[in-house]
Amino acid sequence: MTLPDAEQLIAALTEQIRPHVTADTAMVGIHTGGVWLAKRLHAALGLSKPLGVMDVAFYRDDYGKKGLHPNPRKSEIPFDVAGAPIILVDDVLYTGRTTRAALNELFDYGRPARVDLAVLVDRGGRELPVAPRFVAHTLETPLAPTDSLQLEEAGEGALTLRLIHA
Amino acid sequence: MLNPQLTKDGKLAHLLTLEGLPKSILTEILDIAAPFTEVAEREVKKLPLLRGKSVFNVFFENSTRTRTTFEIAAKRLSADVINLNVSTSSTSKGETLLDTVDNLCAMGADMFVMRHASSGAPYLLAQHLRATGRDHISVVNAGDGRHAHPTQGLLDMYTIRHYKKDFTNLTVAVVGDVLHSRVARSEIAALTTLGVPEVRVIGPKTLLPTDVERMGVRVFHDMREGLKGVDVVMMLRLQNERMQGALLPSSQEYFKVWGLTPEKLALAKPDAIVMHPGPMNRGIEIDSAVADGGNAVILPQVTFGIAVRMAVMSMLAGH
Repeated sequence: MTLPDAEQLIAALTEQIRPHVTADTAMVGIHTGGVWLAKRLHAALGLSKPLGVMDVAFYRDDYGKKGLHPNPRKSEIPFDVAGAPIILVDDVLYTGRTTRAALNELFDYGRPARVDLAVLVDRGGRELPVAPRFVAHTLETPLAPTDSLQLEEAGEGALTLRLIHA
Repeated sequence: MLNPQLTKDGKLAHLLTLEGLPKSILTEILDIAAPFTEVAEREVKKLPLLRGKSVFNVFFENSTRTRTTFEIAAKRLSADVINLNVSTSSTSKGETLLDTVDNLCAMGADMFVMRHASSGAPYLLAQHLRATGRDHISVVNAGDGRHAHPTQGLLDMYTIRHYKKDFTNLTVAVVGDVLHSRVARSEIAALTTLGVPEVRVIGPKTLLPTDVERMGVRVFHDMREGLKGVDVVMMLRLQNERMQGALLPSSQEYFKVWGLTPEKLALAKPDAIVMHPGPMNRGIEIDSAVADGGNAVILPQVTFGIAVRMAVMSMLAGH
């Protein structure tokens, strides 16, 4: 399978989101790929509120089975969540469990006006009722559960998609 | 022998002492604690990690700060917390430690946080749980006799790392009543494991253990000499309640020779930090001018203690 070019997808995603941006729009990226992507979108869209970042390690539903994920990072939401329209950004949408965890964490900061999900690639395989509002690319055939699709840094600020077969 | 604190695959099963814990686990605890510090700034100061778990704080010895910070840590992780002040309860009616524990297990305990006046009591508890096939229940030592106070040692390491960034270029002085101090033992073990090149112990001969050099420290019986050029001053509390017989002439005398005054602190590096595990005896081991001064990080220690205890509990409950 040939993967689409991440840079082209980022440009397309930016234009999808742009008409819906208001002066109040805030953005939160989910570690790690989602933060890289969010930084790009945040700059391209010229959002005035500072970018938020979240590591959902403490909200994951597999903690009871797998324990704590190693190296959790600090979540930082440098704007008032209460009443804010928020675009939640992740690189790849899969089961929807990360999105669920991110929503739970976000609501512990306050009650947002609305939350929209923006992702670069929807790889299929949803296990929860989660749907993105903005999506740059949807895989026609969902990936196998053993496959891993992720965003990677390609140097000089560029991003690229990588598929790993287990 | 199997390290009773670790699971077969090398993860933390209980936290009993910092002695013998590998550097990788100490560092992992400090790394995990860092993001927990941010929870205190949220509207909802809670994370769901220990939701549905019951944490029993079993204190056979009095404590306010340690018990409270353990309670806050467990509650911020959404656990149900049950506080038992056992010194005023069943044991005074003759129940043994293990019978008390078995009863609490029957009430559905998932974790014990235990303080006991006897060194080794938390080990006994951990062994008992393993021997009776209750490996899923973890034990955190909240201070046992003169032996260990691992979470205090860890929060002290977190504090040092927060202010000094790197352990491998520091000179650290532990000052005062080392003989009776479980805090000092945990601190020295952790400092050594984390690669601090020079750990000094400063105190009167009567308040230092006879074999203190074997802990890998430089011993000073002159406080001014010992404080010269240090980066970190870790004060210890003078533990009057554990002293039998006349180890000291008087507390005024002690303050004169071993109390940390601004004048003595001036011998340390200008940016040295001053730590104290609490509760402080002002005017005995530490001058108020130092305790409230710009070098003191005693209150941040308390705040970091919550995050460090959250890290330990979330590692144990997920093992």
